Amino acid sequence: MKRYSAFAIAREAMRHHTGWNRAWRDAQPKPKYDVIIVGAGGHGLATAYYLGKNFGITNVAILEKGWLGGGNTGRNTTIIRSNYLQDPSAAIYEKSRSLYETMSQDLNYNVMFSPRGLIMLAQTHHEVRGYQRTAHANALQGVSTEFISPERVKELVPIINIDGPRYPVLGGLYQARGGTARHDAVAWGYARACSDMGMDVIQQCEVTAVRTEGGKVTGVDTTRGPINCDKLGGVVAGHSGHLCDMAGFRLPIESVALQALVSEPIKPCMDVVVMANTVHGYMSQSDKGEMVIGGGTDGYNNYTQRGSFHHIEETVRALIETFPMVSRLKMLRQWGGIVDVTGDRSPILSKTPVEGMFINCGWGTGGFKAIPGSGWAMAELMAKGQSPLTDEFSMHRFREGKFIDESVAAGVAH
Amino acid sequence: MLILTCPCCGVTGEETEFHAGGEAHLKRHGPGSTADQFEEYLFMRENPKGVHFERWRHVYGCGKWFHAARSTTTLEVYGTYAAQTHEPPKDLRDTISKKVPGWTWREFQ
Ligand SMILES: Cc1cc2nc3c(=O)[nH]c(=O)nc-3n(C[C@H](O)[C@H](O)[C@H](O)COP(=O)(O)OP(=O)(O)OC[C@H]3O[C@@H](n4cnc5c(N)ncnc54)[C@H](O)[C@@H]3O)c2cc1C
Ligand SMILES: [Zn+2]
Repeated sequence: MKRYSAFAIAREAMRHHTGWNRAWRDAQPKPKYDVIIVGAGGHGLATAYYLGKNFGITNVAILEKGWLGGGNTGRNTTIIRSNYLQDPSAAIYEKSRSLYETMSQDLNYNVMFSPRGLIMLAQTHHEVRGYQRTAHANALQGVSTEFISPERVKELVPIINIDGPRYPVLGGLYQARGGTARHDAVAWGYARACSDMGMDVIQQCEVTAVRTEGGKVTGVDTTRGPINCDKLGGVVAGHSGHLCDMAGFRLPIESVALQALVSEPIKPCMDVVVMANTVHGYMSQSDKGEMVIGGGTDGYNNYTQRGSFHHIEETVRALIETFPMVSRLKMLRQWGGIVDVTGDRSPILSKTPVEGMFINCGWGTGGFKAIPGSGWAMAELMAKGQSPLTDEFSMHRFREGKFIDESVAAGVAH
Repeated sequence: MLILTCPCCGVTGEETEFHAGGEAHLKRHGPGSTADQFEEYLFMRENPKGVHFERWRHVYGCGKWFHAARSTTTLEVYGTYAAQTHEPPKDLRDTISKKVPGWTWREFQ
C-alpha cells in the first residue's frame, strides 16, 4: 500500500495525479475463509481490521450486498460522544471515542475527526436532573463531561435561543472531546487497511443463507455462490433480524427508519454539536457549511430506507424554536436509514445459538460513534470467545433482566 | 406516508392520525410459563423483511385499537382488521398470499 502523505500529494501534483493506486482491491470470493464478516459497514470493517491488527487473523472476507459503507455508515449524522449512563456503555463508547482520536494516523487515512465539543440541552427540569446524574456517572467512569449553565450554552452557541417560551434551555451536558468525523472516510479507511492486510472486501455479494452442520456454522450462500468459513460475524445493522432468521433464531430487535436532512451551505455559525432530546432534534455544521439535522425514528417496522415526511416536519419545527435562524434556511436533501433498535437501547455483541456465529448489532440510532470500539471488542470476542468489553452485551441479557438501560442517553436518535 | 382505514369507525386517514403499536398477536403466557416464553413475549420479535402484522391505535379519531397487515419492504397496507382476534382473518391471508406467494409469519401463513 502506498502511504498517503503531504509529500505524496506534492509528488502527484507534479505528475498530473497519475500515480495514485486503488485504495482497495476489487476482490473475488475464494471458496473458504477462516472468518467471514457479513456487512461492510463501519462495524463490519472495523471488526475485520482489528481481527487482523490485534490477532493476526487475516484470512478474512467482508461480504457486502450493496456497496461499501452504503448502509447506515454512509447515512448517519456522524455524532461522536461517550456520555452514556451505564458502566458497560461508558467502557465501550469511551474506548471508541478514544480510538477516533488517533484513527487518521492509525489508518493513514484522514477521517476528519473533529472533537469540536458536544452539548445535550436540558430543556425540562426532568432533563436537568437526568443529565446531572449522567455527569456524576461519567465522573466515576473517568469520562470527561460537565453540566453547564444556560449562559455557558449561549456562549458556546451564540445562535441559540435560550429562553424560548415552551422549551427554555436550563443547562446542558457538555462533552468537550465529543464531535464528528467524516463517515465515508471511516469505512474507506478501514477497507483500505483491511485490503492491505490481504483481506477480501467483496461488494455486491448478498448473503442469502447461513449453512450449519450439527449446530455449527460451516459457511454462507451468497448471490456469488457458496463460501465456507470457520467463524461467521453478522454485522448487518437493520438487517440483523433477517440474517438471524436465516440462521434459525430470533433477536430482540426491531428495524425502523431514521431520517436526516441537510440545509444549503452557509457561513460558519456553530462550531459545536447541539442535541435537543426533549424536542427530538439535533444539529451540527459540516465543513462544507451545511447544517446537518437529525430527529427521531418512525414508529413502525420498515426496511425501505425511506421514512415519513411528518417526522422531518416535526424535527424542523422543534429546532426552529431553539435555533430561530433555521427558519430561513432551504433544505437541500433528506434521506433515511434502517436502524436496529433493542428493548434497552443498547447494542448486542454476542455469541449466538449457532456455534461459530457471532453477532454485532442493535446499535440502532447511535452506532457511528461506536465503530472503532465495537470493532475492537467484536474482534476480541470472535478471536478469543470472550471480551471484557462485550460481556454485558450478550443477546441473553434480556431473559436475565440484565438490561443496559440507555433510554435517556439515546432518547433521541444520533 | 401510510394510509390506513380504521375498522372500528371506518375512517380512512393518513398515518399522522394513528399511532403505531408494534408487533401483533404476541402470546402472553400465564403463570407457570418458562423464562424463555416470557422473554419471547417481552422482547423477541419477528421483525420480518416482508409481511408484518401489527397493532395501531386511531389516536386522533375514535381512539380504538385495531390490527393491520403491511409489507415492510414496499409499505403496502394489505388490510386492517379488528383488535379482538388472535390471528388475521382468512380472507386477508388469502389476499396476501396472492400478492406474496409463500409468505410466512410465526405460526400462520
Ligand atoms: C439518519 C441516521 C442518523 C444517524 N446518526 C448517527 C449519529 O449522529 N451518531 C452515531 O453514532 N450514529 C448515528 N446513526 C447510527 C449509525 O449510522 C449506525 O449505528 C451505524 O452506522 C451502524 O453501522 P453498521 O456497520 O453496523 O451498519 P451499516 O453501515 O448499515 O452496515 C451494514 C451493512 O450490511 C449490509 N448487509 C445487510 N444485509 C446483508 C446481507 N444479507 N449480505 C451482505 N451484506 C448485507 C448492508 O448493505 C450494509 O452495508 C445514524 C443512523 C441514521 C440512519
Ligand atoms: Zn377509528
